[in-house]
Amino acid sequence: MNISRPTSARAHLSTVPLWILPLTFLAFFFFFPLARISFLTFSASTFNVENLYSAQRVAWFTFYQAALSTLLTLFLGIPSAILFSRFDFRGKALLRALVVVPFLLPTVVVAAAFTSLVGPRGLFSTFQSSLFPFSSFAFHPSPFVLILAAHVFYNVAIVIRIVGAALSNLNPKLEDTARSLGADPLRVWLNVIVPLLRPSILAAALLVFLFDFSSFGVILLLGDAQFSTLETEIYFQTVRQFNLPLAALLSIIQLVCTLLVSILYSRLTSRTSYSIAPRLAPAHKPNNFKQKIFTFALCSLLAVCFALPLAALPFRSFTRLEADRGQRGEIHYGFTTDYYEELFVNRRGSVFYAPPMQAVFNSLLYASATVILSLLLGFPAAFALAHPTRLEKILDPLIMLPLGSSTVMLGLGFIVTYGRWLASPWLVPFAHTLVALPFVIRALQPAIASIPERLRQAAATLGASPFEIWWNVDLPILRRATLAAVTFAFTISLGEFGATLLIARPEYPTIPVAIQRFLSQPGGLNYGQAMAMATILMTLTAISIMLVEKSRFPNAGEF
Amino acid sequence: MRVNSKMSILALASIAKSYGDTPLLQNISFTLEEGETVCLLGASGSGKSTLLRMIAGLETPDLGTIFFDDFDLASTPPHLRDFGLVFQDYALFPHLNVNDNVAFGLKMRRMGRDEISQRVANSLELVNLKGFGGRSVNDLSGGEQQRVALARALTIHPRLLMFDEPLGALDKTLREGLLNELRSVLRRTKIPAIYVTHDQEEAFAIADRVLILYEGNIIRAGAPAEVWANPQSAYVAEFLGLGNVIEGELKGKRKNSEWKVRSEVGEFVVRCDHKHLEGESVCLLARPTVCAGRRRSAGNELNGVVADIVFQKDSYKVTLDNGLYVYLKDAPKIGGKISVRVEVECLE
Repeated sequence: MNISRPTSARAHLSTVPLWILPLTFLAFFFFFPLARISFLTFSASTFNVENLYSAQRVAWFTFYQAALSTLLTLFLGIPSAILFSRFDFRGKALLRALVVVPFLLPTVVVAAAFTSLVGPRGLFSTFQSSLFPFSSFAFHPSPFVLILAAHVFYNVAIVIRIVGAALSNLNPKLEDTARSLGADPLRVWLNVIVPLLRPSILAAALLVFLFDFSSFGVILLLGDAQFSTLETEIYFQTVRQFNLPLAALLSIIQLVCTLLVSILYSRLTSRTSYSIAPRLAPAHKPNNFKQKIFTFALCSLLAVCFALPLAALPFRSFTRLEADRGQRGEIHYGFTTDYYEELFVNRRGSVFYAPPMQAVFNSLLYASATVILSLLLGFPAAFALAHPTRLEKILDPLIMLPLGSSTVMLGLGFIVTYGRWLASPWLVPFAHTLVALPFVIRALQPAIASIPERLRQAAATLGASPFEIWWNVDLPILRRATLAAVTFAFTISLGEFGATLLIARPEYPTIPVAIQRFLSQPGGLNYGQAMAMATILMTLTAISIMLVEKSRFPNAGEF
Repeated sequence: MRVNSKMSILALASIAKSYGDTPLLQNISFTLEEGETVCLLGASGSGKSTLLRMIAGLETPDLGTIFFDDFDLASTPPHLRDFGLVFQDYALFPHLNVNDNVAFGLKMRRMGRDEISQRVANSLELVNLKGFGGRSVNDLSGGEQQRVALARALTIHPRLLMFDEPLGALDKTLREGLLNELRSVLRRTKIPAIYVTHDQEEAFAIADRVLILYEGNIIRAGAPAEVWANPQSAYVAEFLGLGNVIEGELKGKRKNSEWKVRSEVGEFVVRCDHKHLEGESVCLLARPTVCAGRRRSAGNELNGVVADIVFQKDSYKVTLDNGLYVYLKDAPKIGGKISVRVEVECLE
């Protein structure tokens, strides 16, 4: 005890310099803007009847749609969790990947995929009207249904991960014991499995609710301007109505709500101790009629629900189904590469001042800058957090705070604080870094913490100098985690929509911004280009996901 | 002690089970009598736990039938069998406290509240956990957790109790204490029990009869003393650690049933009732304890150079350079040549 005290005191001192860079960054780009927003909120012009009324209306709808989406997600997610953790069947790995991938896709891509399938200009409604031109029968899902479907689509993965992990970690002998004590299979579920899963179901529900509550891209792109949640309303009030006080008020409401849910979530997960023994309950082939029916039906449902939107998007991007704007004469329906070719053309009167392909290059540039920035800030923070002292216990929640705040609010904060610098495209990577930093830290920190001091001591006794220890021990162990962190930062930047939409200069659009602008314009060509852009973004993200899956550090923090 | 005229209550007939192409159990048959404790003893992977799970109804045999009271259990699901099951890792329900864990089986039987609390209290008293009812199972020590598991299995008044390495997770002193308690509970309740373990001391301490599983078959069955005295095979002798197992070749029959056996570690003269032929190879068991009378003509000599000495309880385990070992009261010098007279018997 006495011997270790001097070193821990030294360690305590030595973490302070590590914090200088990350904390300065957060102070300038998060806490200061946050203070400005609060200041704006509690100014006299905010609290008038009109503002309060719309705030209340929007907050209610946000809560309502999030709660409904969460319920529906659990409804599909819990059976899917059972399917994946209890049963083995052919094509399981593929189906699992298919169901999990949407969670990792940018919300803009998910929204685009849904419009390409069941949106008003999507494959389904076009085929429907060509098949039954005079029929009164028509299936046009309302925007609200589309929003709910998209939320379920990308959040089922959360339920499968959390509840599925809890299911696999359940000791199968508990079920055996319950059976031998006289419980039939149904009562085993009711009296043993469900009570033991309850914390993880609740945790999954809270997390899904958090994502649905702060969902922006899906609601903006699928909601057809009829629906607005706190997030989209912040955007509308900032960009269209220039009612910054109301926008600020909405952001504060949003922040308080998400923080409350986050606190509940972390309370819950810290109380639930998951068993360390991995995979106690092995999956097995469905071995009776009921199990076979369950497996087959759910597999088919999941395959259809998840493969169709993901396939529809690239398919639609190569298919002409309607006339382009101003296009006259004969129209060739069917296969086309026009939408991609058009991305390289700088048309007069088009949405941009540059060939749309410029957006792809901008996105890649921003993403690279985000990677560098977030590693620069993330590494020192992760090193300090790996061996937490009292200082780190205070700083840890602070540094994770941007995770709980909405990206639109981050954008609003940039506008009200650094409005005069908005002409510079370099504000965008800073916003992206703010979003990516918590993920980067959570990817690096467990890897750094997992290197036992004894390893370094052993290397030292074997004759390694401090540099050789770092080079031969630390670095190889951290390489995989670093790659994961890089990919996190890169993908997050590629897909970031909320903040970017508010602060990106019109002449420097990113891919998600370009998709949004194409979708908000009339005409088949614009729509097609949106599909093409979304397909490019999906491909880029998929490549990143594959990289990160291959290099995943086993203990990396999940969320 | 046991009266042989008691009727058998559980009977396994030609049970076989394989996983994929590897047979795990082949043609297992045995019976269990009323009030009897049978121990299934075998190395890990010998299929003893699988056998238990089949009796509990948690797995189905590929072939063969399990009878209880002459009734074929094949169509009886586990929850209707009334068999208590106790696992090595206790498998206590972490979301329930001690009382609710013990009451679980009674609640499944929709018993009245008063009767439940009465029976739970009785069971807890039986396992010396009186007053533990309100405790969380997660705060209990390993030994206490295992007693809760036992109480939980006992409350349903099972027709049969099954133990799957119940003491495997506990340290040695705790294991001995709990084993004694378990034995007294079994004796008092007279519930027939099957006890699975790989630990021969545990098996011999608790069982009325041991069954030794090897390569999917029961290769030796009998009361502990019988098995100890006559292991009947080299595997059983080695598995139970009865002594030195020596392979040798029969070299000539001597008067009545004595054979001369030549082996790598010397020649022995063995009394044997088996039918052997000249030149046949046999396995001998040389028990490591010294024959009482040094001058007696019975017994054989083990010779060798002392390679290692380990003190054990009240004697020294002396290992010779040829791999043989004996227990001696006094420690010889390492490197010295010794000659010890021991009992040697023929195994098969």
